[in-house]
Order: sequence, then C-alpha cells, then structure tokens
Amino acid sequence: MTEDIIDLIKENVIQGRVTQDDEGLEEGMAGEPGVTELVGEAIEQGIGLSDIIKTGLTEGMETVGQKFEAEEYYIPDMLASAEAVGAAMEILEPHLAENGIEAKGKIIMATVKGDLHDIGKNIVSILLRGAGYAVKDLGNDVDTQTIVDAVIEERPQYLGLSALLTSTMMQMKDVIQALTDSGIRDQVKVIVGGAPVSEEFARSIGADGYGADGFDAVRAVESLASDKAKG
Amino acid sequence: MPREGILVHNPYERMTKEQVRQIHHASMQILTDPGLISFNRRAAEIFASNGAEVTPVSSGDHPTWLVKIPEKLVLHALDSAPRIVKLGARNPDNALILNGEEPRVYFVTGSETNIWLDVEFPTYVKKSDPKIEIQVPEFRPRRGTVADLCQSAHVCEHLETLDGYIRTVNIQDKDITEDNKDVNKFFASLNNTTKHVMSGLTSLSQLDNVVNMARIIAGGEEELKQNPIISFITCLVKSPLQFVEDTTDTFIEVCKRGLPVVVSSSPQAGTTAPMKEAGIMAQINAEVLAGITLGQLVNKGTPVLYGSVPVRARMDNLDDSYGAVETSQYNVDCSQMARYYKIPNYSTSGVCDPRTPGTQSSVERLFSDILVTLSGPQYLHCAYGLLECNSVFCLTQAVLDDAHFQMIKFFLRPARIDETEIAESLKQIREVVATPQKLYISYIRRAMRSRQISPPYPFEGDRETDDVFALAYKRMQELLARPVDHIDPATTARIFEEIPGLLRRQVDGLKTEG
Repeated sequence: MTEDIIDLIKENVIQGRVTQDDEGLEEGMAGEPGVTELVGEAIEQGIGLSDIIKTGLTEGMETVGQKFEAEEYYIPDMLASAEAVGAAMEILEPHLAENGIEAKGKIIMATVKGDLHDIGKNIVSILLRGAGYAVKDLGNDVDTQTIVDAVIEERPQYLGLSALLTSTMMQMKDVIQALTDSGIRDQVKVIVGGAPVSEEFARSIGADGYGADGFDAVRAVESLASDKAKG
Repeated sequence: MPREGILVHNPYERMTKEQVRQIHHASMQILTDPGLISFNRRAAEIFASNGAEVTPVSSGDHPTWLVKIPEKLVLHALDSAPRIVKLGARNPDNALILNGEEPRVYFVTGSETNIWLDVEFPTYVKKSDPKIEIQVPEFRPRRGTVADLCQSAHVCEHLETLDGYIRTVNIQDKDITEDNKDVNKFFASLNNTTKHVMSGLTSLSQLDNVVNMARIIAGGEEELKQNPIISFITCLVKSPLQFVEDTTDTFIEVCKRGLPVVVSSSPQAGTTAPMKEAGIMAQINAEVLAGITLGQLVNKGTPVLYGSVPVRARMDNLDDSYGAVETSQYNVDCSQMARYYKIPNYSTSGVCDPRTPGTQSSVERLFSDILVTLSGPQYLHCAYGLLECNSVFCLTQAVLDDAHFQMIKFFLRPARIDETEIAESLKQIREVVATPQKLYISYIRRAMRSRQISPPYPFEGDRETDDVFALAYKRMQELLARPVDHIDPATTARIFEEIPGLLRRQVDGLKTEG
C-alpha cells in the first residue's frame, strides 16, 4: 500500500499533475488524485516523510530531468512537475521538523522596485520549489526596505532578485547595499537574474550568484548550498 | 487517400472582379488581333479546321501561319477542360487532386537546372585569435548527372511538405544523349520517389517509351489512366504569342494520350511581354488560353493545367528576375485568372536571383513563397533548392525550403475559434488568474504534443556563428541515409527489358561524376 501511493506520487510528479483537476500528459488522468491529494493521503496513512520526499518526489523529478535531457520533455513539462513537487513540499513543510528532516533551505524572491515584470521570477520560484526549497515570493515592484525587512523576519539562506529593465536593474545594487547597511549581508546569499543582467553585472554589484535562466538560477543556488556545506 | 496539401481558406487576390473581366476581354482581343504566329503546321491545321482564321505568313523551309482564335472556340475549350485533374503517384497516398475551383495548394519542386551545387565546409581560423575556428560553407558548381537526379528525388521523397516532384537537374552524363535522356530522367525520378513525377520532354521520339514505362509501373493501360503517375510540362507558346514548332508537336501528342499536361507560358515583362501589369497579364492569359484551346481541340476533355511562369526582366542585364517583387504580383494575378476559368493552376514561387544560398536567396524565395501560396494555386512549382533563377540546384537549399513551407503550412491552418474553444479558454483564464504565478504554462503541454504549436526553426544553432547551412546539410545527409521505396525488382527487370536506352547503372549503383 505504501509503495503503491509512493509510486503514484512519483508517477504524478512525472505527469506534472498538481491536483486531481490537472490533465497530465496521458489520456484519462483528469479526475484521478494528483500530487497534492496523494501527499495528503500519504500523511494521513502515516507514511514516512522521507519516503514521500526521496522516493516519490525526488525520484519523480529525477526521471523528469532525464526526460528533459533526452528531449522527450520540454520546459513546460519541467515546470509542471516542479510545480507539483513545490505544492507537495508546502503540504509537507509543517511536518518536516517534527520528523527530524531538515529543509533544504529558504529563499525569498522579489522583482525589484519599479519593475512589474514577474514571469521569469515566477518560473524561477516554481523551479526552486520543485528542487525542494521553501520559497517566499514577495511579488513585483517590491521596494528595498520591504525586501530587507523580509530577510530580517524570515531569515532565509538565499535572496533571489529579478529585474527586466535596464532602468531597474540598479535597484539590485541598492538592495545589496541596504542589506549591508542593516548588518545582515553576511546572513544571506544574493542571487540575481533578468534579461539585462549578466554575470559580470552580478559581480560588479556584489551579488553572490547569477542565474541566466530558470534552470541556471537553480544551479546557482545549489552551487552556493554546496559551497556552504563545504564550509 | 490523396495528399492534403494546404487549403487556403481566403485566397489573396490582387485584382477586382472587374479587373479580371478586363484581362479576360483583353486576352480575347489579343487572340484575334494580333493573334498568334504558329511555327507548327499541325496546330495551324487543327485551328483552321475548327473555325479559326488561319493565314499562311511565310513558306519555304520554315513556314509560319497567323492564327486568329475566336472567343467562342476558347470558351468551348474552357467548358470541356476538366475542373478536377488527378495527378497520380506510385504510392496512391501521394496522389494529388487538383480542383480548379478549390484553392488547395500542393508544393512541388522544379525546374530543371544545368548546374548542381556541391557544398563543402572548410574550417577558417580567426587571425586575431587562432583558438577560434568556424566552418563556412563553400559552394562548388558542376554539371548535373543522373546520380544527382536520383539523390534529389531521394531526398525530396522524404521532405514532408513536398507533394510532387519535377526533375530538378538536367542529366548531362557522357552517355546521356537526346535519344535516352527522357527515359533515364523519368526512371531516375520514378525509382527514387513515390510522389507524382512531372517533367518536360527532350525528344518527342521518346514519348511512347516514357508512357510505356509509366504503364508498366502503374500496372497497365487502365491503371495508368486511373492513376497517372506521370505528367508533362510543355512550353508550347513562346512569348510573345508564337506556337513553337517542336514543343507544340509534343503537346499535341501528349494530349492525344490523355495524360495530364501543363500549358506553360513564361513571358518576361520588359522584353517578351509588356512591363505593365495589365499588358503582361493580358498576354500571358492569351498565350495559356491558346494552348488550352489547342489541347481541347486535339482531345476533348484532356486534363490540362493553366501554367503560368511570368517574370520581370532585370534592368541591369535583361535577365530574368524572379526575385523582383512584380514577379510575385504577376503570379498571384495568374492564380486568380486560372480560378476564374476553374482550371487548376500551375504557378511559380521561390525562384531567386543569387547564385548561392544565403540571405538574399532566403528573402527573395520566402517573399514569393508566402505571397503566391496565399493566392491559392493548386500546383505550386516553388523551386525547392533552385538558385540563380533556373540555373542552379542545391539539395541542401531544398532541405532549407522544406522548413520554410512547414512554417507557411502551419500559418495557413484555419483559425480554431468556436464555442468549445472559447469555453475552454475562458475556463483556463479564470483558473490561471486565481493562481499566484498567473502562468498558462501547464496548458501548453498537450497542445505541444498534438502539434498545435509550431515547431522551432529546425536549423537554429547554439553558437554565435550562423550554423543554419551546416545543420541543413546534416539533415540532408540523414535523409539520404533513409531508404526509399524503389520500384520492385520484377517491374524494374521488365522496364529494362522493354524500354530501350536505360542506363544499367541506374540500378547497379551510381557514382556522381566529379
């Protein structure tokens, strides 16, 4: 029974089905429980959280990654699966500590002040959730002080900043400066991205990482996490 | 089931109905004044015996006649010419149904070029940074061969958008003569593609050999009639307004045999036709109608196509300029005239002026490909792989053209807007707007897999350099490696036994002459 439900979670991650209303890729799946329903059921049945995460969600995403590499899956498929995993992680989050499972990390995401563009930031948020991170999305056109306050309050390990305009990208520098001024710069790794942003620009404003696209943003976070683990 | 082609739901028309009528009346006037000069005795006799006014103009070794064709004769011919012409194929699923009243477009290769363009990719090293190397295509022209024609038919068999095959290269091997060229070019084409094969005829003496070959492949006389796997293209009228002696003979003989034939006229605006749109249109229409009339007088009901290959002259050297914008205007007008007469239209697009593939060739061919397709000609000879007007053929360019036509075909899909689509879209909009991300991404997955979303350009590189041609070349090699359904061995043996002049090496293995 445990294996059945874990297999179903994995299969639904591969199909990218968040809820029972999602069609997935194969015919006849609509109406069947999706990842959120299945994870809820698994918790109710007392199935171990590490089994749900490792065998259901992580292995499911690994298969999705392989399919993407093999060009069988496209970016929308990756995002759908990541969204399913993200939704599952939100349900699991309150139960992680009591089960002695350490969260992968918390990330605050924001599109900076003056910039209303949020497609890229939203995609990065989905992918990060799919990779197992807890993401708090502050939205777009977020002023510097709101971002600093959120970092102080939420104590995330990472801060993701996005800007699509050349006229707003310098706001990222202001945020980093504000973090320094508040004495919390060393407590959070800042990753920046967006169409006009480059790795060189990221370095010039003192960011810790740069994501050229959604997948690269996840790689940047994973790389910083790995550096941190190595000390 | 025949091939689908692409149905143009609202064909683009340049002329008003009144302008179409004006062109028709002008053409009718041209057919009686000045009329046509016929260098062909039989055509003059056929017209004379059917009520046309025929007057000898000169005698001697090259006699000529002035033929004045009354409107009544033309209108009778238009009545008897079939509105629907079937072009069969070795694989019946590749048959084409050309309906003069329906703007369903089939994309076809052609014309015949003398030069075959080989491609090589030498490596260039950047002087200022020798670590950087790029490969740039280099083109090497040479005379076309039988092996080239086989290769071309082979690749074209696998090009998805290509509906029919007109020979792309003139075979000029040392052992090809006027007496064996036709049988070898038809066999090379038929043996390497299961799509419809159309060609011109080099020598009338070879017509029956070619028809017999087609009869053997089709399975008999009646089978060939039901499934005409070959058809012919004839330029019997040379502009301005002259029935050519030999091609008119070929046309008459093809009509007698009842196989589909294109009545093609190719006036050049500025030299062999007036530069003005009204002038070239009135003339080309008169020339094609004269040919169609002759065909129906020879064999009432014989299937004919309204063949239009108008072109504008280049102003610098008076060569053809297929890349000129006016050339597309004339072709679009001709589609409209053919539809007015309800005769399937053989039209032209994609022919371009430069000698090698590149930016100019892409711009010129896409410009005319899009516009002429939109006008809804049934049989669009759209010059896959052709360069330098009709002089050069490059197989890799044909592969690139296939990608262009995939885009055009996708664009011409009918709009999917109905109650169901609207209801589904409204549901999506409401659902997505209620989510924090507000992204429709999850809804495009099914659409992607059911080919509702146009594919990316297939030759997009991932470097700073332009890799389009190298990637298309790679694709061409893949298509060449893919097998084709050749004519079966027993039929091939019978063809070689009964049809004289075929080169044994066509089936024993071919090598391209350097």
